[in-house]
Amino acid sequence: MISTARPDLLGRCRAAGAIALAVPILALAACGDDEGSGSDGESQTLTVYSGREEEYVGPLFESLEEETGIEAEVRYGDSAELAATIAEEGENSPADVFFSQDAGSLGAVEAEGLLAALPDEVLDQVDPRYRSSAGEWVGTSGRARVVGYNVDAVTEGELPDSILEFADPEWEGRIGWAPTNGSFQAAVTAMRLTEGEDVTREWLEGIVANGPEQFSDNEAIRDSIAAGEIDVGFLNHYYVAEARAEDPDYPVDVHFTSGDAGSLVNVAGIGVLASSDNQETAAEFADHILSEESQSYFAETVKEYPLLEGVEVDPMVVPLSEFEQPDVDLSQLSDLEGTLKLLEEAGAL
Amino acid sequence: MLVAVAAALPLAYLVLIVAGSADTALETIWRERTAVLVARSIALTVAVTATAIAIAVPLAWFTVRTDLPGRRLWTVLAALPLVIPSYIGAYAFLSATGPQGLLQDLVQPLGIGSLPSITGFFGAWLTLTLFTYPLLLLPVRASLRRLDPELEEAALAMGRSQAGVFRTIVVPQLVPAIGAGSLLVALYVLSDFGAVSIMRFDSFTTSIYTLYKASFDRIGAASLAALLVALMLVLLWLEARTRRREALYRSAPGSARTMRQVNLGRWRWPALGFCGAVATLALLIPVAVLVYWSLQSFAGSVDWPAVAAATGNSLLASGLAATAAALCAVPIAVLAVRFRGPFAMAVERLSYTGHALPGIVVALALVFFGTRVVIGLYQSLAMLVFAFVVLFLPLALGIARASMLQVSPRVEEAARSMGRSQWSVLRTVTAPLIAPGVLAGAALVFLTAIKELPATLILAPIGFETLATEIWGATSVGFFERGAVPALVLLAVSAVPLYLLTARE
Repeated sequence: MISTARPDLLGRCRAAGAIALAVPILALAACGDDEGSGSDGESQTLTVYSGREEEYVGPLFESLEEETGIEAEVRYGDSAELAATIAEEGENSPADVFFSQDAGSLGAVEAEGLLAALPDEVLDQVDPRYRSSAGEWVGTSGRARVVGYNVDAVTEGELPDSILEFADPEWEGRIGWAPTNGSFQAAVTAMRLTEGEDVTREWLEGIVANGPEQFSDNEAIRDSIAAGEIDVGFLNHYYVAEARAEDPDYPVDVHFTSGDAGSLVNVAGIGVLASSDNQETAAEFADHILSEESQSYFAETVKEYPLLEGVEVDPMVVPLSEFEQPDVDLSQLSDLEGTLKLLEEAGAL
Repeated sequence: MLVAVAAALPLAYLVLIVAGSADTALETIWRERTAVLVARSIALTVAVTATAIAIAVPLAWFTVRTDLPGRRLWTVLAALPLVIPSYIGAYAFLSATGPQGLLQDLVQPLGIGSLPSITGFFGAWLTLTLFTYPLLLLPVRASLRRLDPELEEAALAMGRSQAGVFRTIVVPQLVPAIGAGSLLVALYVLSDFGAVSIMRFDSFTTSIYTLYKASFDRIGAASLAALLVALMLVLLWLEARTRRREALYRSAPGSARTMRQVNLGRWRWPALGFCGAVATLALLIPVAVLVYWSLQSFAGSVDWPAVAAATGNSLLASGLAATAAALCAVPIAVLAVRFRGPFAMAVERLSYTGHALPGIVVALALVFFGTRVVIGLYQSLAMLVFAFVVLFLPLALGIARASMLQVSPRVEEAARSMGRSQWSVLRTVTAPLIAPGVLAGAALVFLTAIKELPATLILAPIGFETLATEIWGATSVGFFERGAVPALVLLAVSAVPLYLLTARE
């Protein structure tokens, strides 16, 4: 570990740092924040690091306070940057809960040994596929990779069952993709795990050879399919669901490949920090996010997959039970470096 | 002393991390890809700096030394792009030239089907040049205004042409200012993430971010950051070569007179065209895009109380940062110039580390020390202000140092010989002379701190929304229209100190 590597140097830095920080303290003594966590028992105030945007989860924090009295102080940021922050903070992290956009960031914090095991009552509400095998984080909503297609240009029957077949020459000039997009890269990581490095490289090279239209995000892919500029594109399910909810005649539909990375379901999720003094309150928070009400909110407002059994998906979304997902451990999706290397070698980046 | 420690924190962090796992670190550094990235980053840095010089030096000369029509207006307009954060500028350009963009709509009737894509090296070069050249413009202008006209007059009297005088007399005297400004531009380019990521140009910084984001590899990221510090040292060495002749005060008796203005004559129109072209690209296009977006958002609704609160927070944090940075910069500048102590010189150089590193690296370094040393202050306003000082101290220090160089020690000696104490001389003689420079430095810190994002997200107190975090919050979910209003407010509040800085002549 870093903190034990050079104790002498660190000790010196510690003293020096204290002096250095004394300057602003003197200037700003009045502005310091109130760190007043209750000394006895658990606090009803939780510090949450949220990689999910305020726009989407803000209402859930409001309902949390109304229903349970738990007040959440939320730091919004990028999931991976918050994961790196938690890793640097170590034992002294002020955070109680990490609410991440993706399983990879949770896996990274888990691998640092900084997450506590969640109570079984919380974990058991969610299919084991969508939570950590060590029980240290739990998925709260899901999003699926899909093949979006223009219904006027392609029929469902023409679309292959395997994502690998899109590397065939018949798809030349017809595909759109976003190789810099995080969700796409997670899917390529999943392909490496299920098919191996060589198959993945060949697939990427095949797609590149088909001269795909390159986009910076999923939304642009969807719009381009709708405009008929491309026939198919690789994106997340909810982009299409949102557009179809607004316009029933929207000319884009989604296709699921069978049991491969083309239909990967990744999750956003929650982990409780081992250093938190508020384990029970934090578990209560996780329970709230997994409540029927919150899960319906994800389904209706964001068109994500609710992960609590019995909560319906949005009518515009194909239920999880109707397609076959690849068999991958979501925690392992944090290994993206090899993926970037492959993308680069294949000339995709 | 305190400032020295502050300046050394990021470096100490990198040393701790890299030394903790030297093998992994070396492995990252020696990879072939690292060499490619170094080459790409250097290429971008050289290209941007060279172009920025080519833009800033003529602009400075036109606005200071010629009878350019509307000189005062151009003075402010030319400096204004400084307040546009590179991530906003890059995004505005990208969307303006995109398939449904503002510019595309304008050229469509002219029969231009689609504008060329500006992503990659070209886009990164264009946006970084346009939004960093003011960092060069300001010191070059300041230097031009202080030039002693006697040298030029002597040369003209001996039959040199105007252009010849500019080349042989003016430019050599500007070299230290160009050097100092180029250093700021180069360090900005090396550490910038916003523009290069939006323009999809793979550079050193994007790789550091990727290592955090994609692989959660803090050691690899720290190793690359350490390499960035090495690049910075090379730049510092290059810049030091431009300041060989340090004394910039008059050697002859008497005081400098005001400058003679050059009559541009028929060259007025090309000069105006040049200023206009720069202002259109660097100011008009991004602002037009923002106004266009914000008009669209008025159809929806703007959360004015939130924008107002964010504005207050931005002003508070950046204002404190500017004050603190100025207070730290003065003693260092005095010590480094007047007493040339090796310690003060070392601190001055060291303080550039914070500026050369990407914000996320400095933020994580402060997280590391903050949670181990001053846990009570972690994620307080004091911590955020401290982070800004670490990040932006060189901006204040550079200008303070330059003004200190122009104070003739003889003035101070005269005062001392009349029985004043050292401290009294510093207070009553030196301080008033360097005050404008120190104020300019503080303004520069203010302008830069107000648009800072990564350190603000991690180190600000919870719920402390600034204009920059508001913009980020809106754009990260794709609501560019909603981000446009805080962006325009950011430009407006930044323009005030910049106006005072340039128009107060």
